[in-house]
Amino acid sequence: MITLTRRYRFPAAHVLRSSRLSDSDNERTYGKCANPAGHGHDYGLEVSIAGPLDARSGAILAVDRLDAIVQKRVLDRLSHRLLNDDPWFETRVPTAEQIALVLEAELAAAIAAESSARLVGIRLLETRRNFFACGEREA
Amino acid sequence: MVTLTRAADFSASLRYWRPELSEAENRALFGRHASQHGHNYRLEVSVRGEPDPVTGMVMDLKDLKAVIEREVMARFDHRDLNRDTPWFEKEPPTPERFALVIFDLLQAALGELLCGVRLRQDEDLWVDVEAEARS
Repeated sequence: MITLTRRYRFPAAHVLRSSRLSDSDNERTYGKCANPAGHGHDYGLEVSIAGPLDARSGAILAVDRLDAIVQKRVLDRLSHRLLNDDPWFETRVPTAEQIALVLEAELAAAIAAESSARLVGIRLLETRRNFFACGEREA
Repeated sequence: MVTLTRAADFSASLRYWRPELSEAENRALFGRHASQHGHNYRLEVSVRGEPDPVTGMVMDLKDLKAVIEREVMARFDHRDLNRDTPWFEKEPPTPERFALVIFDLLQAALGELLCGVRLRQDEDLWVDVEAEARS
């Protein structure tokens, strides 16, 4: 099996508070991440794809085309934004787990629709010490 | 079973080019990659096995380093991938194809010990080839 992985970055802000919890429960659960004024991260996003090599281009998917898909579907939407404002997180707390699951589903659908490659999985790096993986290969 | 990984760094120049196409067709197909450029590649070679009961090693790292030197560094470091090697005269050295060439060279030398290679073209792009799916 051959997979190609590309890493992207997007800075974004979020607030971890659930509407289903009281203020004190939110603060107990999320600690300093519940600060109503928000905080932010330089998120890293690793996107892994697999599939047959195109006979002409010699690539699973030309990197420029993968970049365009991720730019349009993810970076244009989330970079330099407050994640809580995005419809993706209307009913979800924008924890890194939820961000990873949303992005995995979005990119799997977009890559399947726009290419002959398939998404193997993603890894979301929230800080240099926290990574979240999802997809068919959690690596 | 234990997996051990040895890394090596090398630099090479390349362009994506198909000689049967015109310059305009190459530029249309490959964009900026059709121009001569270069990368600082990092190769990670992983071997897997049971440690030898006497030496305690899956494979002597000196031997693995020598295989990487002979099979990869001697062929590709400070070379032009299109002109100095036989694999990319007619096909573009995409990271996918380059990783597969390196995997095949190392598998011929290491046999079933080789479990995978990771070829990093730069910090933001890499290709993994795993042994299981290819045998």
